[in-house]
Amino acid sequence: MRYVIVGSGPAGLSAIESIREVDRDNEVLLVTAEKYVGYSKPLITYLLGKMTEKSKMFYRTEEFLKENDVSILPETKITGLATEDKLLFAENGEKIEYDKLLIATGGRPFISEIEGLKGQDGIFTFTTWEDEEKVENYIKENKIEDAIVLGGGLIGLKTTEALMKLGLKVTIIELSDRILSVTFDRKASEIITRALKKEGCEVITGDTVVRVKGKKRISKITLKSGKEINTQLLIIAIGVKPNVEFLEDSGIDINRGIVVNEKMETSVNDVYAAGDCTEFLDLIDGQRKTIAIWPVAVSQGKVAGYNMVGKDSKYPGGIPMNSVELAGVPTVSVGHTNLIEENGFEVLTFENKDTYKKIVLKDNKIVGAILVNNIDRAGIYTGLILQRIDVSSFKNKLLDENFGFVYLPREFRKMMLEGDVKVWLE
Amino acid sequence: MKRILVREEYCIGCKLCEINCVAAQVGSSNLIKIYRYVPELPEPNLIVEEDEYTTFAIQCRNCDDPMCLKACITGAMHRDSFTGAIRVDKERCVGCWMCVMACPIGVIKRTNDGKKAASKCELCVDRGTPACVENCPNEALVLIEVGE
Amino acid sequence: MAKTRTPPEFILERDDYKCIRCLVCVRVCSYGANFYDEKENRVYTENSKCVGCHFCEAVCPTEAITVKRNKFDIKPSAHWTSEELFDVIKQAETGGILLTSMGNDKPQFNYFDRLVLNASQVTNPSIDPLREPMEIRTYLGKKDAYLEIFEENESQVILKTEVSQQLKLEIPVMFSAMSYGSISLNAIKSLARAAETMGTFFNTGEGGLHKDLKRFGKNMIVQCASGRFGVDIDYLNSGAAVEIKIGQGAKPGIGGHLPGEKVTEAISETRMIPVGTDAISPAPHHDIYSIEDLRQLIFAIKEATRYKKPVGVKIAAVHNVAAIASGIVRAGADFVTIDGIRGGTGATPKITRDHVGIPIEFAIAVVDQRLREEGIRHMASVVVAGGIRKSADVVKAIALGADAVYIGTTALVSLGCHLCQRCYLGKCNWGIATQDPKLVKRLNPEIGARRASNLLKAWTLEIKEILGGMGINAIESLRGNREVLRGVGLNERELQILGIKAAGEAW
Repeated sequence: MRYVIVGSGPAGLSAIESIREVDRDNEVLLVTAEKYVGYSKPLITYLLGKMTEKSKMFYRTEEFLKENDVSILPETKITGLATEDKLLFAENGEKIEYDKLLIATGGRPFISEIEGLKGQDGIFTFTTWEDEEKVENYIKENKIEDAIVLGGGLIGLKTTEALMKLGLKVTIIELSDRILSVTFDRKASEIITRALKKEGCEVITGDTVVRVKGKKRISKITLKSGKEINTQLLIIAIGVKPNVEFLEDSGIDINRGIVVNEKMETSVNDVYAAGDCTEFLDLIDGQRKTIAIWPVAVSQGKVAGYNMVGKDSKYPGGIPMNSVELAGVPTVSVGHTNLIEENGFEVLTFENKDTYKKIVLKDNKIVGAILVNNIDRAGIYTGLILQRIDVSSFKNKLLDENFGFVYLPREFRKMMLEGDVKVWLE
Repeated sequence: MKRILVREEYCIGCKLCEINCVAAQVGSSNLIKIYRYVPELPEPNLIVEEDEYTTFAIQCRNCDDPMCLKACITGAMHRDSFTGAIRVDKERCVGCWMCVMACPIGVIKRTNDGKKAASKCELCVDRGTPACVENCPNEALVLIEVGE
Repeated sequence: MAKTRTPPEFILERDDYKCIRCLVCVRVCSYGANFYDEKENRVYTENSKCVGCHFCEAVCPTEAITVKRNKFDIKPSAHWTSEELFDVIKQAETGGILLTSMGNDKPQFNYFDRLVLNASQVTNPSIDPLREPMEIRTYLGKKDAYLEIFEENESQVILKTEVSQQLKLEIPVMFSAMSYGSISLNAIKSLARAAETMGTFFNTGEGGLHKDLKRFGKNMIVQCASGRFGVDIDYLNSGAAVEIKIGQGAKPGIGGHLPGEKVTEAISETRMIPVGTDAISPAPHHDIYSIEDLRQLIFAIKEATRYKKPVGVKIAAVHNVAAIASGIVRAGADFVTIDGIRGGTGATPKITRDHVGIPIEFAIAVVDQRLREEGIRHMASVVVAGGIRKSADVVKAIALGADAVYIGTTALVSLGCHLCQRCYLGKCNWGIATQDPKLVKRLNPEIGARRASNLLKAWTLEIKEILGGMGINAIESLRGNREVLRGVGLNERELQILGIKAAGEAW
């Protein structure tokens, strides 16, 4: 028996953990396109901004892989899969046999149509450690002093922050009318925009890059609005999409991501998928979608791993959630937060000088929460969303400064305080 | 694996747990010295909630399947293989606050003493008995063994 | 109203160096005596509000607090103590009866400490309780004068007499009647659990029976007092015995009054009265004006309990206690409880507590003596209460003639009580004499039960030790064995009534 895991992100590594929890004997092979194995992708912005160091990039260390007796094939990009023969094809021509396969290839950056991109240096996406190394070297070698970040999402903004820490003057260009438009509501976006501007960052919204100019190296960009900005560094961070192109001829059902069931099984026997390359249930609206966040990847990987070794496990679905500190402003967004009262949602907000809180409810159950600045105890809302607790008896306390378990129904509280806390996994 | 059982029916709301948690973090039992001479005291790693007659202290539940572990992007949050307690390696933590967002009990705190890092109850595993349990005057906090 | 002229009774001293401003003392004081001044960053105490319960002192993590008595240095007078002085001042201010709680605190009523016990030397061997069996189990109830035995054949003997129901006590110490209302449910639960662990009994008092206590039935004596609160046939049958309460040592001759505001939902349920109504226990039982009437109630209860439960009668120790006890025994009681002048209570007029009744030591002696003289001592057990603080008191009480003792105050002290005598305010910081849910939960019944059990365990060891020293191997051999007692500093008449010799006198 040979378990093959493609992808060394959180989904792949957590699957390894659960496989090894049950089966310590059979072979586990980890195949990854990356040079570094076991590092944490979200940390690359921290590394660039010198907020962490290389030795701390590995969220699962070499010892972890050794302890779990994992064979590793690094820098091996998979280009095809023959499910009938149970064979993976690598770019380097290698063929890899498997008995049980987990596809955890994550996402890859999406690049929009921009004129003149080809052949220019100084243009990067920013999702892997290799990207980080390239950018870091590029800045160092060319003494770069300013940068354009295309895309005002979480990756774009975290990259912006890192570049600013290096002393660069950064301009964010976002196509929609505000940054973080997917994750946060207008108010929270405003607060974060204000904080970024205060730190010296320029934010251009409702615009995008259409043309890049330069001789071998980028020197100028042109915006849709016609505006031109001189720059030697352009980071494209407009989004990621499931990294599933190599499966096109495999016969596995793919919609936007790989279609999986609650056991993380794909449409083909013995092939599992987990993490950002999949699409599964959003617990709040019941829609199938890719929720490309770390905890979902870990949970799915865990479930996939268990099922691969024959231990029954189910993943009920997930919710989007993100936490990020930008320009010194910690923020949390859980669930669906851009819903409005006109569509039958109840919206509660609280605002003072330092804090912004917003709770979105539907039928007395929380479906979304935003916290800006004071994010302490944010997880209670996450728990209430995931457990679909009726909050009608304590709705008026939800936004209290001291909101906590004391206001929750006694039985629920006792369960949380005395029993084992189970939120995600059945 | 150990867990601190919170019995709200016996909590008298005195907050001795908070005081002793701070002392345990500083690493001394001499409260007078600590409160007089330690300039920046850490936040207690537990929260005393109060509303009318209901009071209780609440800290990490040491869940079987912890959300914080799943949410941690750095590996800083880990389960101590010897004691089973969930601990934070503050050196690794970068302060992304994913754990703060994920913990359904809301007991992971943010700290910033020069370095941003999450802070949580680690059951005083280096100390022995948790300081809050040891100093609760009414046994509202008790250390219990759970699981296998 | 003018400023009071009563100075604070206690002074709380706070060592400011040791005070870490944790504010635990501020949070816990139910009387609001401690407060924090944010501007000055200092904790203060309003001494006049301090009742001297020492709770803050106990929880202060740095030992910064010392609660001291205010010494009231008035001009010394043998006749006018500061207590007498301020009682007058208080009455001059209020025009009311002075209320107090717990038992009589005056020195002149204590006789136990003037009694000494014997020990074996040379001529008779002492017993080492760690090596040899020592029996401190006793049985309460009527003992038959003779047993009829039917001999079927040489190997089989059948007991023909139907032996009266007995209460089996693994230690001759029970917990006194304290009602749910006068003390908290957690306090009763503590004692109930301890009674269960130690194989003895607790007593419901006249507060009825809370549903949480039903499971302790086999270690419970239910009380039927003049208010008859919570009394129905289920109640009478729910315990191991029934005690008719005529009076108690802290307030002989007067009834009880639980104000309506203390009759909460839960208390109304157990007392079987509407919420918010005053619960008045009349001074006498209005159906008992004679021994004959008492006999009717005793037998009504025996009928109701199918003669399966011993029925006792509790009275306060008063001048005519011996004759009354004799009447009670003749009325059919299986045990007589006598409560002396030092008996405690949740609320009583100070004048009654401090001046009515007689010390229990005399009462034990005269009751035991009278019942023996009349040849009816075996017909009922004698349980005594009111001032038993330690195992030595238990031994002396039994040597004077008691079968067993009740402890009330001592039991509460084991739970945390510091004898501040403010039970009647209902704000007990120790969670004992209160119904305030915030205060009640300060008494964790697990801890309470452990402490009360520990007390009895310690006493068990001590009683065995002292019995062994006297060469006695069973507590029942000690009962009424006044030869083991000698008096110190007692006059001849007192010695005579106690039925003991003076120290120095041989057999």
